[in-house]
Parts: sequence; structure tokens; C-alpha cells
Amino acid sequence: MNELLWIFVSALLINNFVLSYFLGLCPFLGVSGRLDTAFRLGLATIFVMLITALCSWFLNTYVLVYAPYLRLISFIVVIASTVQFIEMVIKKLSPALFKALGIFLPLITTNCAILGLAIFATNRGYGLAEGLVFAFGAGAGFTLALVLMAGIREEVELSDVPALIRGTAMNLIIAGILSMAFMGFAGLFSAT
Amino acid sequence: MSSSRNTHVGKGDPGSLKLIATLSFAGLLSGLIIVLAYETTLPTITAYKAKVLEEAVFKVLPGVTSMQRLVYRDRALTVNDQVQKGDEAIFSGFDASGRLVGYAIPGAGPGFQDTIRLLYGYIPEQRKISGMEILESRETPGLGDKIYKDPAFVANFESLSVDPEIRAIKKGKPKAASDIDAITGATISSKAVVRIINEANRLWLPRLEQASGPEAER
Amino acid sequence: MAKHKEDLHQEFIKGIWRDNPVFVQVLGMCPMLAVTNTAVNALAMGAATFFVLVGSSFLVSSLRLWIPRQVRISTYIIIIATFVTVTDFTLEALVPKIHKELGAFIPLIVVNCMILGRQEAFASRNSVRLAVMDALGMAAGFLFALLSLGTVREILGEGKLFGFSLFGPDFEPWVIMILPPGGFLTLGLLLLFFSWVKERKQRLEQRLTQLESEAQ
Repeated sequence: MNELLWIFVSALLINNFVLSYFLGLCPFLGVSGRLDTAFRLGLATIFVMLITALCSWFLNTYVLVYAPYLRLISFIVVIASTVQFIEMVIKKLSPALFKALGIFLPLITTNCAILGLAIFATNRGYGLAEGLVFAFGAGAGFTLALVLMAGIREEVELSDVPALIRGTAMNLIIAGILSMAFMGFAGLFSAT
Repeated sequence: MSSSRNTHVGKGDPGSLKLIATLSFAGLLSGLIIVLAYETTLPTITAYKAKVLEEAVFKVLPGVTSMQRLVYRDRALTVNDQVQKGDEAIFSGFDASGRLVGYAIPGAGPGFQDTIRLLYGYIPEQRKISGMEILESRETPGLGDKIYKDPAFVANFESLSVDPEIRAIKKGKPKAASDIDAITGATISSKAVVRIINEANRLWLPRLEQASGPEAER
Repeated sequence: MAKHKEDLHQEFIKGIWRDNPVFVQVLGMCPMLAVTNTAVNALAMGAATFFVLVGSSFLVSSLRLWIPRQVRISTYIIIIATFVTVTDFTLEALVPKIHKELGAFIPLIVVNCMILGRQEAFASRNSVRLAVMDALGMAAGFLFALLSLGTVREILGEGKLFGFSLFGPDFEPWVIMILPPGGFLTLGLLLLFFSWVKERKQRLEQRLTQLESEAQ
């Protein structure tokens, strides 16, 4: 139980995927302009990450034991096709949910955070429960970072910033400061 | 819309058979190349991994010249070189005359930043730890990374009693045989190392005692 | 023929400066920031990406007439993933220490958007020679960007360059630079520097045209 809590807190705060491992930076910089889009993208990412954890666990346990060298290729192919399949299912079953998440799903699949999740979980030898908790923590951490960033950027829009620094340079510096703030979470778990 | 689709088809749309053929050909070729690269590099990679592990075991158990991998299963320790997922394994170290010196025990747990993985040597006769090596950590450079970069801290674990329990104490305070100097400025990392070793001790020491009957002698 | 040579040259040069994948197009950020805490790691990552990009571009452009449009992306991904897997094994066999430091970020080269982007935008539409030149240029530009980031971060964060001490024992390293925030801050400031250079150049050109029109 303690182990699972550590995996969750570590992925959510201490080793945040975006701010500490630099995974999923493209959407982090690209889609963090508005708060509500950022939040929905975050939810869709959590969803895809949970599926990824499931897929990679299945592959690791039943297929890759016999062919470890096919890990990378099979991860990409299986995850991408599963997400595409689920996208179609959601479109059929719940148009409302599709409207909220659907447009982001293909975008997320090619996101390095997804493949990163599968590879990290494999390298650390996580089982099914650990993998799912790790995926949920990482997805929630991604959402948290994205929402924080979007909130800051909405504020900055209205302030008087020199034209030269506007754009990616400023977003990166904001991300740097956020990342510094998240460093404060280190030791959270082992301070006792 | 429909007209554009028609022109597209008119341009010579390949049948799905060709699409599948292309993809399977690409997959087949890529599989072949990957297997080839894997087979060529595998011996070097395995040899290096074995070397690194051996060096770590020899380092934490001074005087040891050969080792065996032991797996704990069904309340017994058996020699087993086949690495399997979910194995609980330790290493026994023997000196030049073939006498059992001690065991190298791996441990892992949360550190200041990320999970710390380490290996330590344990000598059952003296109930003492004979050395510690950090295998993996992401502790803060300049502070937490002293758990493996500071020779004085690592030296704490050469001949350290495990009874009643290892503790990390501030530098300069009076110490028992089972206490170590915590690193100034990295108390949490020092305590994390101590906690990982204590936890592994709680798990393995009873097992070793139980297994060290006459039948375990070599 | 001379013009042709000029073209090849152009394709190479553009990737390094004018269309630099990192500083201008802002692509391939994950490996960019994660492994540039030291110059050596940056160099190894740059070399791995170099090999994958040039290899994939070569293969994609030589096979471009046989790959059906509908499955092109999947085929590119299979090609790229093959090169990455081979690179991964090779690095693990040749330089295991660096391989361990780069860890999970070598397989992640697959999802470096820059590589897939070059296949889709350039290699699939141009001759092998042009495609390879373009890939060489882009890869060199990426390597250059990684190396400049790694150099800055290692010098400030550890007071070293390629592991050699630069300032002697009295230098107090800015540890933050080799930690994650340092990556964001360094890249942000480098981007700022590039847009400053660009703006100065634009302003200078504006002044020049202004002066010319005044002279007339």
C-alpha cells in the first residue's frame, strides 16, 4: 500500500512528468493557452495513459517475454491502434464525451509522455496495479502542470510584457520557475 | 467532396491488399534488422551487465573472489542463475578458499528525489554490514549525491553492526556501533539509505538465519 | 550543374541556422532538455538522433515511390523505430555508461516530432541526395543546439566542460542549472537571445532600406 502511495505521489508531484522529466512538452507549450482546453486535454491524457499502462503490462507479460527486442515497435503500434480504436468506440457510443476528449486523442498518442510512461513502467518492473497507479499519477501530474501553466499564461496575456520575450521563450522561463517550485516537493515522502 | 474522392480513386488508389502487403513487408524487414542487431550486441551487453554486478558484489564484500545468485522461494534459498520477473534474489560471496564470506543484498526505496537502489554486503558471523554501493539514484547534485560521492559517508558502512537497528546521527554526536554519520545538508538522503538497509535487513536476516542450517553449507 | 550543387549546399546550411529545428522551429524539446545536463550526454544524444534522422531520411526517400500514401505515416514510424532500436542496442554495447545516463530517452527518439516531420515534409518528396543533405543539415542543427545547451548547463552547473574542471576549486557551481529548472531557463534564455539577434538584423535591414530611399 505504502509502495503504491509513493509511486502515485512521486509521479504526481516529486517527479512530475512535465516539470521534472520534460515529457509531453509539445502539448504543454502548445495547448496551455486557455484554461478549459488545458483541463480537457489533461483529462484525455489521463485516459490514454491508463490504457497505455494496461497495454504495456499485457505486452510485457504475455508477448515481450519471448521477444524483448520488439519492445519499442510493439509499444508504438499497439498503443496507437488501441487509442484509435477506442476513439471510434467513444464516437459511436457517446458523442458528448467524444466532443470533450475526442479531438485530442490522436494528438496525445504521438506525445512522448505516453511512450515515456510505458518505457518507465517497464524499466522499473511495475506490475499491473503499480502500472495503473503510476499512469494515473503521471496523467494527473501532467494535468496539474498544464492547468497551472494555462492559468499563468491567461494572466500574462493581460500584463505588459516586452514583445521580444513573448512566445516560447517566456513560456519556457515560466515553466522553469514552475519546475523550481515543484522541486520543493522533493523529500515529501522520505522526510519522516 | 465526392468528386474530390473520385479523382483520388481515379489517380490509382492502391487496393487494401497492397497497403497490407507494404506494411507487413516493412514490419518483416524491420523485425529482421532488429533481431540481427540484437543478436550481435547481446553478448557484449550481457557480459557488461554481469561485470558491473560482480564488481558491485566484490566491492561490498571485501575479500570475495566468486559469487552465486540465490533465489528465495518456498521458504528456502536455492542457487539459480536464471533471472525471472518477481524473483527475490541475493548473492552469496566466497573467498579464494571457497569459504562463504557473506551475502550481498539489494534494496530499494524512496529517496529525496526518486527511488534509490543499492546493494550492501552482510556478514552473518559478525552480524555486520561490510560495505554499501548505490546502484541508482537521482539525488540532488552537490548535496544528496554525497551518499555515493562522499567517501567518508560510504566508509560508514564498512563494518557496521546491524543490532539493534542502524541509525543516522548528526556528525559529532556520540555513536553506538550501529550508528552512522548523517551527511550535513542531506539528512533526508542519508536517512533514506539507512531506512532502505533496515527494511531489507528485516526481510532478509530472518530468512538467512533460517536457511543457514547444515544443508545450506557448500 | 553548378546550380545543383548550390541547392545541396543550401539544404545543408538551412538546418543549422535559418531553420534550426530547436531554436527556430522549437521541435524535439523532450530529449533537448532532459539529457543536456552535461555536454557529453548532449553529444551522445545528438549523435544518436543524427544517425536515426539521416538513416530514416535516406530510406524513406529511396522508397518513396513504393510507399502508398495511406499507410505512409505508419511505414515511417516503423522505419524510424527500427533505426532507434538498433541505435539503442549499439549504444548499450559500445558505451554502456552513457547509455545508462540517457536511459529511457533513447527509445523516446522515436517520438521526436522533428524526425517524423522531416520525413513527411521533405524526404518523402525529394530525391535521395537532397533528402540526405536536408537530414544532415537538420541533424547537425539539432546536435549544435543540444551541444550549446549542454555546454552552458555543464559550465554553470558544475564548473566543468566535458568533465574537465574549468574554474578551479573556488567556483561555487550553480547546481540549479543541471537540475530540471535549469533546462527550461537555459533554453528560454537561448531562444530569447536568438529572437534578439533576429530583431536586430531586421532593424538593421530596415535602416539600410530607409537610408537608400533617402539617398535617392
